Amino acid sequence: MARNKESLTLLLDIGPSMHNALPDVEKICSILVQKKLIYGWNDDVGVVLFGTEETDNDLAKQVGGYDHIVVLNGISTVNRNLLGTLKKLPRGTVAGDFLDAIVVGMDLLIKKFGTTNKGKMRLCLITMLKEDQVGIISEQMKSHGIKLDCIITRMSSGMADQKILVENDSLLSLLGALRTRNISPVTVFRGDLELSSKMKIKIWVYKKTSEERFPTLKKYSDKAPASDRFATHEVKVDFEYKSLEDPSRNVPPEQRIRGYRYGPQIIPVSSDQWEAVKFKPEKSVKLLGFTDASNIMRHYFLKEVYAFIPEPGNKKAGVAVSSIARAMRETNKVALLRCVWRQGQGSVTVGVLTPNISSMDTMPDSFYFNVLPFAEDVREFQFPSFSSFPSSWQPTEQQQDAADNLVKMLDLVPYGRGEILMPDMTPNPVLERFFRFLELKSTKPDSEVPPLDTSLRAVTEPDPDLSENKSVLADFRGCFELKHNPKLRPTRRGEGGENRGYFPIEDFEAMIARRDGSEWVVRGIRSMKIYISDLLENSYEGTPTPRPSTEPEEFNQFLREIFQRWKATDLRGFFEMVASKNISLISKTEAADSDATDSEARSFPAKIYFSSQ
Amino acid sequence: MDIDPEDLFRDDSDSDSELFQEREANKELVVYLIDASPRMFVPFSQHEDEKGETHFHIAVNCVLQSLKTQIISRSYDEVAICFFNTKEKKNLQDLTGVYVFNVVDRESLDRATAGLIKEFSIMEESFLNKIGSCYSIFPGSKENTIYNSLWVAQALLRKGSLKTASKRILMFTNEDDPFGSISGVLHRDMIKTTTQRAKDAQDLGISIELLPLSRPDGKFDVSKFYVGLLGLESKEISHFVSSAGERLEDMKDQLKKRMFNKRKVKTLAFLISDGISIEVNSYALIRPTVPGAVTWLDSVSNLPLKPERSFICDDTGALLQEPAKRFFTYKGEKVLFSVDELSEIKRLAPNCLRLLGFKPLDYLKDYHNLRPSTFIFPSDEEIFGSTRIFIALHRSMLRLRRFAVAFCGSSARPQLVALIAQEEISNSSGQVEPPGMHMIYLPYSDDIRYPEEHYLNDDAIASRPTDDQIRKASALLKRIDLKNFSVCQFSNPALQRHYSILQAIALDEDEMPEVKDETLPDEEGMARPGIVRALEDFKAAVYGENHDQEEAASIASKEASAGLASKKRKAIADAATQESANYNWVDLADNGKLKDLTVVELKYYLTAHNLPLAGKKEALISRILSHLGK
Repeated sequence: MARNKESLTLLLDIGPSMHNALPDVEKICSILVQKKLIYGWNDDVGVVLFGTEETDNDLAKQVGGYDHIVVLNGISTVNRNLLGTLKKLPRGTVAGDFLDAIVVGMDLLIKKFGTTNKGKMRLCLITMLKEDQVGIISEQMKSHGIKLDCIITRMSSGMADQKILVENDSLLSLLGALRTRNISPVTVFRGDLELSSKMKIKIWVYKKTSEERFPTLKKYSDKAPASDRFATHEVKVDFEYKSLEDPSRNVPPEQRIRGYRYGPQIIPVSSDQWEAVKFKPEKSVKLLGFTDASNIMRHYFLKEVYAFIPEPGNKKAGVAVSSIARAMRETNKVALLRCVWRQGQGSVTVGVLTPNISSMDTMPDSFYFNVLPFAEDVREFQFPSFSSFPSSWQPTEQQQDAADNLVKMLDLVPYGRGEILMPDMTPNPVLERFFRFLELKSTKPDSEVPPLDTSLRAVTEPDPDLSENKSVLADFRGCFELKHNPKLRPTRRGEGGENRGYFPIEDFEAMIARRDGSEWVVRGIRSMKIYISDLLENSYEGTPTPRPSTEPEEFNQFLREIFQRWKATDLRGFFEMVASKNISLISKTEAADSDATDSEARSFPAKIYFSSQ
Repeated sequence: MDIDPEDLFRDDSDSDSELFQEREANKELVVYLIDASPRMFVPFSQHEDEKGETHFHIAVNCVLQSLKTQIISRSYDEVAICFFNTKEKKNLQDLTGVYVFNVVDRESLDRATAGLIKEFSIMEESFLNKIGSCYSIFPGSKENTIYNSLWVAQALLRKGSLKTASKRILMFTNEDDPFGSISGVLHRDMIKTTTQRAKDAQDLGISIELLPLSRPDGKFDVSKFYVGLLGLESKEISHFVSSAGERLEDMKDQLKKRMFNKRKVKTLAFLISDGISIEVNSYALIRPTVPGAVTWLDSVSNLPLKPERSFICDDTGALLQEPAKRFFTYKGEKVLFSVDELSEIKRLAPNCLRLLGFKPLDYLKDYHNLRPSTFIFPSDEEIFGSTRIFIALHRSMLRLRRFAVAFCGSSARPQLVALIAQEEISNSSGQVEPPGMHMIYLPYSDDIRYPEEHYLNDDAIASRPTDDQIRKASALLKRIDLKNFSVCQFSNPALQRHYSILQAIALDEDEMPEVKDETLPDEEGMARPGIVRALEDFKAAVYGENHDQEEAASIASKEASAGLASKKRKAIADAATQESANYNWVDLADNGKLKDLTVVELKYYLTAHNLPLAGKKEALISRILSHLGK
């Protein structure tokens, strides 16, 4: 699909000031190319290095100047070799000029495409400079139809702590900022936004957010002989509908009829009959009215978000959308709409339109549209007022102060540092981890899942820099007291069934001690496994557990499992403690029916300890 | 020793489906006890428009609404409807003044059916003739219909285990002093035995709730009798009384809210900082309700069919067990993964909420949304002190106008979430917004798209409105103002229609019911002169005076070019007709060979016969088959 093809030129500063950051740059560029190999295999990628000792580019040859810039890879379709190149970037010797680099990059793009590929060209500059400079350039480039994504590793006063800064905020947002997968936008609706039957505005509706799912993997069949080089290894999934009376009978489509649930009944309805009576609203987007923004609370937003954009090229639509959007912002009002995106769609959507005032002159104002729930979608459960709780549950003044201080300290928009974890800049760690693992596996098929990259941990764990003021935390911890409910018995079934046992060890020992059948021991171990896994999931300071020696296989397997599952996380402390308490696999010496040799048992904790370093 | 080894350390499983549906184990068994004494039939007439409404009617209506809700939410709850203070009696215990309402083919306590809803909705007209109202608690009579009704309800609720279901009795009455006419020892005795009856039921795990119907001239005084029956504490009494409504609408609202028991999705650990982990419960207050999925039936017997999945190796045709390996094509090669490895990739953090920090509220943008929010409320059940910390943070967040950002480590989709503190909001009909926090699932950069950036051009500058245009727009906004709009005031027309059709089919009715689409714009309101004028002003301001003529002209020119397009379409159709003639469609259909053709080939037929081309291959085939009359 050529229309979706994108041309990207990476402008990489490899000068001395960047040397510390280059390992990360290599990582990011590899991921970028890797994703292109998967999603945009048709896209073009060029690489320009600046800050190099030598000079090698067209402009230098033709007009002179443009020194210390090397075109490492002319613009060509993305390929695997590029991945290798980017993984080992050279280290430059000169402080490069990013302006020259941009010119060289643009020259590459323009020579290759002329002006035909407008809008699909992107320059990605990775360097260290002040953000405002880049802002100006980026604005200008947009008018030329070239997008400039800038990645700025932060400029800090002292070079000493630079490395830390790069890791802490830029790298993550850098990954997020690189829009690696370019989905060409598809409209959900094109047509009129009907303010009334006489006043309509031409709009196009797109998805603004759409959950990027985990890649779909195909099922693998190993049945084909190894010699078959053309084997697809694919698996076909067949659905058959079997009769209840005669389970061997397959009922073909023409003998099937749709049934819909109505309470305990299933009502058969033929598709013709259904088609004749079902709800068939007309395709349209109609205004219901306006209301105060405060009338629509944020938590009622129901689904993925849409963007309403004035019909491209239609100035009247642009002005109409823009006037309403700006009036909405001035008066703090929002619009309510009823939408049927497609003819033949069997449902309507009611939602709220809010303004999206453009921050750039060249970008039109538009709206966001959020779906709101219907009456059937809301459950009005009643909850007690906080004020009705006993005074022992109410915070004291001192506790309230401690909470205020904690909220102030853990500020994710710290002064002078920019917003941390901005959704637009935060990559999905699961997807990142998958792609890294994919690359790893493609070279070493028996690799294990690598631990979550340090840069991605910033998504799952608090930023240690924010809680530098230890006294606020200590204060908070000191003035609140948390205690487990001692009355809770493990066997009690709560309403939701979430009560975990608090006497697991006693119960476990009781089960182990039973003499009326070995199944109790197995069950006990199984339950303990669940309990320990739970414990690990919910705490960072596990406690060592007593170990039975009657069912060694069950225990050993479990210990291996825990290890496999948790070694990559920061539960290392737990394993170190396990090791320090000399808890290991049950060896053959201890129990004859064990499946672990003495040496395996001896090395087990050590293996954990070293591999986690 | 009495322990169940399977249950010893319960594993709290987590999956995406949990977000959207509650476990069946959480079902509820409810007996609606509706007072049918003559007092319930006295018209309630404070306002003109509420004339003729009786408490009995309100109660019946509430129950009817909740039955319909149960159908739509596809709940497994079971209900029984039971009147007391009736002339006729119908109950297994043969007790006076109690009438258990039911229809054929249904147990007394069972899931709601089409028949039940139908019969119940028309029952009121003939109630006084067929079932009758009679108050038999008076001096000299030994009857105690309240006692009887509780007994009947308790017997109905004998069904089902408490482990898998919660049991409730919901009582609708407007009599706060049922034994008021009796005096002396007998009065005390009646109260004592009735209260004991209620206590016995409560000891069996049945909760008894009272939905009092009061009238404007006399408050419902729970302290007269029901305090003892419900076992209320003094604090709760004041709460109870204050919730009795002034207006009929409020009363309906209140009843509606109190009919449903709240059910949590799960209990979560909320890790504030290392070593400080509090307990919160999550609730799915807002989830889209969709029509139930299709169940395939045998068209002859109408019995459900059992879908069976089989895996076939594409290379050898061998039947497989569900394969344990998956592959992803990367750099032209198949990279293999085990299912365990894939779930390991998704395991990023412990299964809890982990606080990362706070941001000012305006950093949460309107497009930072993916899924319905989840409500969280603190609990001190397992960890004492949780509520106190939660309240303190809640208050700080409201005061400092910040939301919290946390990482929610579920195994299905580990995600960043925003937690917004919500202050309690109440009005005359009770609580509107409960106090707590709403968890909003944030998108990652991978989930956000920038369609607006695709149309960067200089025109945008030209499209900026003038102050006058904005002023006209503001005037319009003020004109078409829905002042009383409340989110979710509309019923879903598709859903309502879906179930009313099914109900009609289930009851063999010929007429398909009309369902009002409440979501259509208010045409009448829009035609009001003030609004029409504001719209015209705005239109002239942004489009110019001659817009309609210009549009007409441009449409005319488009139609001219559309003539060309239609010629082109015709040429395609002709080509398809020719291609289509190369196949013997009837033969292919009869021999089940259609599936061997490609989608392109199938489309020849469809294009040639002017049929829709959309859908999967299976849909195309069935379209061809039905067109051939097969």
